[in-house]
Amino acid sequence: MAAVPLARRLGKVALLVCAAGPLAAVVWSATRAPGVIRGESVVETIEWVPGLDLALTVRLDGFALLMVLIVSGVGVAIFGYAARYLSDDDPLPRFTAALTGFAGAMLGVVLADHLLLLYVCWELTSLASYLLIGHKGAEKEQRRAALQALLVTTAGGFVMLGGFVLLGQAAGTYRLSGLVADPPDGTLVAVALGLVLVGIATKSAQVPVHGWLPAAMVAPTPVSAYLHAAAMVKAGVYLAARLAPAFGAVAGWRAAVLVLGSASILVGGWQALRERDLKRLLAYSTISQLGLLMVLLGVGIPEATTAGVTLLLAHALAKSALFMTAGVLDHAAGTRDLEELRGAGRRSPALALTVLAAAASLAGLPPLLGFVAKEEAVSALLDTGGGVGVLALVAVSAGAVLTVGYAVRAVWLPILARGPSSAGPDDTGERRWEAPGPAFLASGAVLGGTGLVLGVVPALVSPLLIAAATSLTPLAPREPLHLWPGLGLPLTMSAFTIAAGLALAAVVARRAQPVLRRLLPAADRVGDAALYGVERLCHRVIGVLQPGSLPVYLTVILATALVIPGTALLRAASPGLPARATDSTLQLVVGLFVVVTAVAVLRARHRFAAVLVLGTLGYAVAALFAVHGAPDLALTQFLVETVTLVAFALVLRRLPSSFTTRRSPRVVAGRGALAGALGLLVAMLALSATQVPNDRPVSEFYLDEAESAGGSNVVSVILSDFRALDTLGEITVVAVATLGVLHLLRARREEDEG
Amino acid sequence: MRRERSLMLDTATRLLFPTLLLASLFLLVVGHDQPGGGFSGGLVAGAALVLRFLAGGDAETRTALRLRPGLLLAAGVLAASGTGAVPLLLGEPLLTAGKTSLRLPVIGAWIGEVALSTTLLFEAGVYAVVLGLVQTLLRTLGSDSEEHQ
Repeated sequence: MAAVPLARRLGKVALLVCAAGPLAAVVWSATRAPGVIRGESVVETIEWVPGLDLALTVRLDGFALLMVLIVSGVGVAIFGYAARYLSDDDPLPRFTAALTGFAGAMLGVVLADHLLLLYVCWELTSLASYLLIGHKGAEKEQRRAALQALLVTTAGGFVMLGGFVLLGQAAGTYRLSGLVADPPDGTLVAVALGLVLVGIATKSAQVPVHGWLPAAMVAPTPVSAYLHAAAMVKAGVYLAARLAPAFGAVAGWRAAVLVLGSASILVGGWQALRERDLKRLLAYSTISQLGLLMVLLGVGIPEATTAGVTLLLAHALAKSALFMTAGVLDHAAGTRDLEELRGAGRRSPALALTVLAAAASLAGLPPLLGFVAKEEAVSALLDTGGGVGVLALVAVSAGAVLTVGYAVRAVWLPILARGPSSAGPDDTGERRWEAPGPAFLASGAVLGGTGLVLGVVPALVSPLLIAAATSLTPLAPREPLHLWPGLGLPLTMSAFTIAAGLALAAVVARRAQPVLRRLLPAADRVGDAALYGVERLCHRVIGVLQPGSLPVYLTVILATALVIPGTALLRAASPGLPARATDSTLQLVVGLFVVVTAVAVLRARHRFAAVLVLGTLGYAVAALFAVHGAPDLALTQFLVETVTLVAFALVLRRLPSSFTTRRSPRVVAGRGALAGALGLLVAMLALSATQVPNDRPVSEFYLDEAESAGGSNVVSVILSDFRALDTLGEITVVAVATLGVLHLLRARREEDEG
Repeated sequence: MRRERSLMLDTATRLLFPTLLLASLFLLVVGHDQPGGGFSGGLVAGAALVLRFLAGGDAETRTALRLRPGLLLAAGVLAASGTGAVPLLLGEPLLTAGKTSLRLPVIGAWIGEVALSTTLLFEAGVYAVVLGLVQTLLRTLGSDSEEHQ
């Protein structure tokens, strides 16, 4: 919240100030790291609604520590990068606030131990993503992409909430740790997991709900690098990894995750091969890599867990570095088209080296962290064997081939290829190039360089990764990671996949582009069609439910109020008449007057007359209250009636004096009957309410306690003390409704004038 | 186009407006022990404003109450919810009323101890919201119809 005024005053510097948040998270978790790596976990609980077992519980174990370090570590780099990337034309206050909010919400997702807390943070990240993709909101494409991402991820999240509730009820606890330690089973749990899986798939952009991620690439590059590569899209994988060890055995989970992940690997990789836009290529690559992570972490293969968390780290580092360099290229050359970028990266050696290191890690080339992860994955899956192991191995290998293919594409044209081979007619020879400053390059270089250092010396990060894996499942392999696994089947397979990937890249570069394009219609168009379908449906439904006629609304509301409590009342014993008809003759006179005016309202021809008679009726009721010995009620009724009358009079000055459509006698009679029946119902309710046998009526309590609340007017004391919360709610409603009226009428006046 | 102002109404309003405002404050203060309270008080103040409107139209209400319409509404809700929230900070349940009584200097000899309660602040919030409602009503509907006549 504080980010908005901060950014107004400081501009881009505010981004650097806000980087303190993630930085603090890194430092804090680093201080806890030694204990967590030994296998302890830090738990903090704030009770919220103890009766409902609602608590804000956060828990830091090995896996959470890894995620915190990724989310916040990459976050610090992103904040630094964004300060260079954005210009003063961008909506900095909103961007800064949303990015900071996202960093906080994402920490919440990975630290939450309570399913509902996790859900809330999960949806907060979706909201932040919406704001960040929409960014300036000036372009239609941005708004469309932002809305699509929001709808897909929140719809999935909502389905997931249903799954959470089922799981929580089945297990008797909403604690994630408790759930995993003692997993419930049964058909209901299988259904619940299916629902949760929908949420996971939408968040992590798995096929077939992946379309929003490439579309989201219209967002500013820091957002793509952070939310849509390193952090938010990992939330689905994170949750799958948490649940898989406990629920892997539940019917359907393994098969579903395996199919989901494999399809994403193939479709994402395939699309990445054909993209010309550098950022969209990276987005499809992310889908493919998330599929890989789902297979390694989500299926529930304990042996692959260590490999999975290693790949998670490697991908976060490599992909955000690649996005950052893509952003640098975009700014420097003014384009993201691979063909137009041909040879552009050669002008900046630092940039070129960063891209090469990150892409090599992505492709799994030695000596980078990606290679370590892939070797570990292949050897783990070879050890697993069995149907699931073999299928996963096939999927991972296919993914690796595709990854090499598109990684080469991403690197070849912008970095390795020589400048424009054929000078086009409009090519002036000297293309646009604004040299990026060192600070702009630094963030990407740091992340890419980290991938290299950790690849060469995996021992630096090995204990953390093993702690992360073993916190997920105690069956995870505990051998330290090595860069050089020794000659053997895994290494042979690596060499084979790299060769196949290179060949694939060469083939794609030559031809087959149009064929591929026809084979796979862009998935986000399908999403669009569905979206517009829903919108049209909504228009129809609203057209029926909201005809815009006040009499119709009132009739429906009053009839409902009559029928439902009325039926209940008729089914119960009918109340007897009170002992006395009246307390005084005055009551009888005023009562008769009320009845007469009520009939007169129905017979009024002119609006103004109707309102005046209605007002008289109100005053008569106030008089009745006064006679009955309720001065407070009478006073209030009298005043309300006055103000209502004035309001009516003001409105009526703009309306025709007589009722526009002549009402047929039948309609009038019908409305009169409805009103009369409703009046009868209220009278019956009042009668039966006073006749309910009650040891100690609540009125006595109020009378006794009023003195202690410091007042002798019981009505006032009830309103301002016993039921003060109600009063507070009511005045809030009044204030909000008044503001609504104010703005509606103002808007109309401006329309009239403009 | 301004219609003729009625001399009688103008004069009566001049007398009645401050009286009504005072009466509304009286209702607000005594509400805890006698008929009245923030809601009634706010309505009486609103009625006073309506009187000014009847006498002099939209411009008259604008001079009578120069605040922006949203301000009273916001201030009212803030006062009421603020009064409700303070006990939370002191570890009491929401909306607990604090009471004290004090002997005023000089006039204390005649009227004895004066009981004070945070409820008064809460009621003042209700008062402000209701007055804001009437003000908004007159500003929007009132000025609108004036222009169209």
